[in-house]
This record gives sequence, structure tokens and C-alpha cells, in this order.
Amino acid sequence: MSFWESFISDLLKGWITTIEILAISVPASVLLGLGLAVARVYGNRMISLIASGFVALLRGLPLVVTLLIIFFALPKLGIYFSPFWAAVTAFIMCSGAYQSEYVRGAIRSIDVGQSLAAQALGMSKLQEITHIILPQAFRRALPGITNEIIYLILYSSLAYLVGVQELFAIAKHFNSLQFRPIEIFSTTALIYAFMATIATLGFRRLEMKLRIPGLEVT
Amino acid sequence: MSYIVEISKLMVTVWDYLPYILEGVLWTLGLVAGGLGIGFIIGLPLAIAQVYGHRFLKILVEVYAWFFRSVPLLVLLFLFYWGIFPALGYKLDPLTCSVLVLGFRSGGYQSQIFRGAIQSISEGQFVAARTLGMSKLQSIYHIILPQALRIAIPGWTNEYAIILKDSAICFVLGVMEILTRTRYVVMATLEPLLPYFIAGGLFIVLTYGGTKIVNIIYEKAKIPGLIGRM
Repeated sequence: MSFWESFISDLLKGWITTIEILAISVPASVLLGLGLAVARVYGNRMISLIASGFVALLRGLPLVVTLLIIFFALPKLGIYFSPFWAAVTAFIMCSGAYQSEYVRGAIRSIDVGQSLAAQALGMSKLQEITHIILPQAFRRALPGITNEIIYLILYSSLAYLVGVQELFAIAKHFNSLQFRPIEIFSTTALIYAFMATIATLGFRRLEMKLRIPGLEVT
Repeated sequence: MSYIVEISKLMVTVWDYLPYILEGVLWTLGLVAGGLGIGFIIGLPLAIAQVYGHRFLKILVEVYAWFFRSVPLLVLLFLFYWGIFPALGYKLDPLTCSVLVLGFRSGGYQSQIFRGAIQSISEGQFVAARTLGMSKLQSIYHIILPQALRIAIPGWTNEYAIILKDSAICFVLGVMEILTRTRYVVMATLEPLLPYFIAGGLFIVLTYGGTKIVNIIYEKAKIPGLIGRM
């Protein structure tokens, strides 16, 4: 097989792993972000404090360090992860923490009248949050969430550090066999750029789809 | 890797290897300062070009910013360290290469920060400067930038935090920053928990401490009444 044939076929395998990582960590991080934000705004003092502490911790730590702690240090405490799940867990926690900041800001930006109106209609606190507040807050937070998801796509390459055979790991391995770094790493770079660009466009479409005329942030 | 054996002989408790890891703070700050500085030198002209430049120039800037903002730092580090710099005839040491790559990448991000700040200045300011007989360059330098740069400070604070955390990734090239040293200590002592927690603690202190300092600069640089509309 020629250089390019074997390179591309190997790379595709790695790409699938990358997509698997993202397919789990993107939706999960959005959910975590929403959960953390709700906990911080609506939780009692204890819950809100814990959620805030979690977010502050993960926003202060580099993702690499979080990942290495989860994979190399936590086993000392009896918590074991496979490489794949260590990476996915680190990505979910880190991205969720960053996303929660946007969602929290969005929740706070919703007019208090909305909450009062929901209560006046006899909604429970939970109904109010899930039916009235979050649908609006999510829309407002979406541009920020999109940004974090783009970062997540790029940082998924860090999974290679714990031995996940994803896109970058394959490229690096291939380079150690063939040593044609320019071709190999620029192709890899373009694949990541392609994923990031597709995601940007996709989320912009989603934003337009979800848009409620007259409800835009002014 | 004989020095790892050396280290392992010396280091028995946390207090023995703490100074070794702490020394990495200087390297990390060097990476951050270099990256932010080069990013500024690249980002500001790019932003000006993107707002005031010729159409062709605008497209070039957009492609630059797009590329460096949508490729993982890990890939960029390997691409430049093993591919582009050697192909151009430069065999750079890991530190120089890391600073340059962090800088190129930050230039892409900073160009967008400054572009946003420049565009937030009302157009009347530029027109007024031109009416007063200032050249295009003078108007940008004396009227637009003094205002735009102040507005850009919060975005810049963010960029500091981002570069700081990304600088940890440079350990893949073996730059002797916090994380590289931490990993050597882990290898030497076979004790992962404490070193990683120390490294994590250092990064948290640097992130929040640095952000505080930039915020103080922001308060000092503020012109009352001018920064309200962002």
C-alpha cells in the first residue's frame, strides 16, 4: 500500500474513536453544564456551594492536569478508569464546568417576572425551571456552549496522553513509523479544523432553528 | 534518563521535590509571557488589518485566525516542532518552539479580541479624527487604539487564563514547566497522588492569582465614563 492509502485508512480508524469520544462527551457535558447551573442558581446553600466549588476547581485546572489526575492519581484512591473513560470523564467535567458559567449567566438574565408568572400559574419550582426558565436560558447560552463544544473537539486530542487510540494518537504513531511530519500532522490539523468548522456551522443552524422571533437577547 | 534516578535518590518526601516542581512555575510563566507577548504582536496588527485593511488582507487574516483557532494545540506543537520549523531549516529547542506556537495561536485568538474591541468603538470617532486632518494611521494609533485596548482587557484576561492552562500541554515536547517536572517526580517516586495535586494547586493559584492582577490593571487603566458601553 502506498503511504497515503495506509495513512488515510489508519487515520479513519482513529477518527472513529474521536467521534465516539465526542458523541458521549458533548451531550453529557451539556447536561452537566445545565445541571451545575441550575444547582448553583436554585440549589440550597449547600448544593450551590458544592456546585460552585466544583466549577471553580475545574476552571482553574488545565484539562491536561485533570485528565492525568483522573487516570494516574485516582487509582491510588481506589478509583479506576479505562483510558477511554478517563478521557471522556475529564472532558465531560471540564467542558460541563465551563458551559455552566454561560448557562448560569443566561438563567440570571431571564426576567424575574417570568418566574413570578410561572408561580402564579401554580407551577412547582421544578416545572418552572424545566418549562419556563431553561428553554429560554438555553437559547441565550447557546453561543457560549457552542464555543465550549468547539474547544472540546480540539481538546479531545489530549485523550492520546492516556493511551486512547484516537485521531492524534494514530497520526503520531504513524509519524514515528514513516517520519513525514509535515504531511501527517497537517492532514491531521485539517481534519480537526474540518470538524470544528462543521460544528460551528451546525450549531449556528441550530441557533437559527431554535430562535423564537421577538425573544432574542437585545 | 539517569537524572531521574538521581532525582529519585534525592527525593524521599514531598518537601524534597517541592522546590523542583516550584521551579517549573518560572518556566510556565515564561511560556505564558512569551505566548501572550508574541500573540499581542501578531494579533493587534491582524485585528487592524481585518477592520481597516484591503479585502484581500481581510481574507488572509480570517484564514489565519480560522486555522489557529480550529487546530488543537497538540497538533500544532508537533506540526511545527517536527515538521515546519525543521523544513524551514530551524532546529528549535522545545521551549522556543512552544513559545512561538503558543504565540502564533494566541495571535489568532487575540486578533478576534481586538477586532471586537475596535469595532465596538463608534465609527464617529474615526470619522472625527479624519476630519481633524489626522492620517488613517494617526487616527487608529491616537484615537481608536487607546480606547479599544482598554475595552479589550477583560477578553485579554481570559486569554491569559487560556494560555496558562494550555501551556501545560507543552510538556509533550519536554519543556521543563510544572507538568513535565511533576511527571518526572511521579516517575522517580512512583507516587502519583501528591505531585499531581501539587501541580493542580499551582495552576489554580496561577489562574486565579493572575486573573486578579489583570483585573487590577483593568481598574487602573479605566477611563471613567468611557468603558460603560461594551
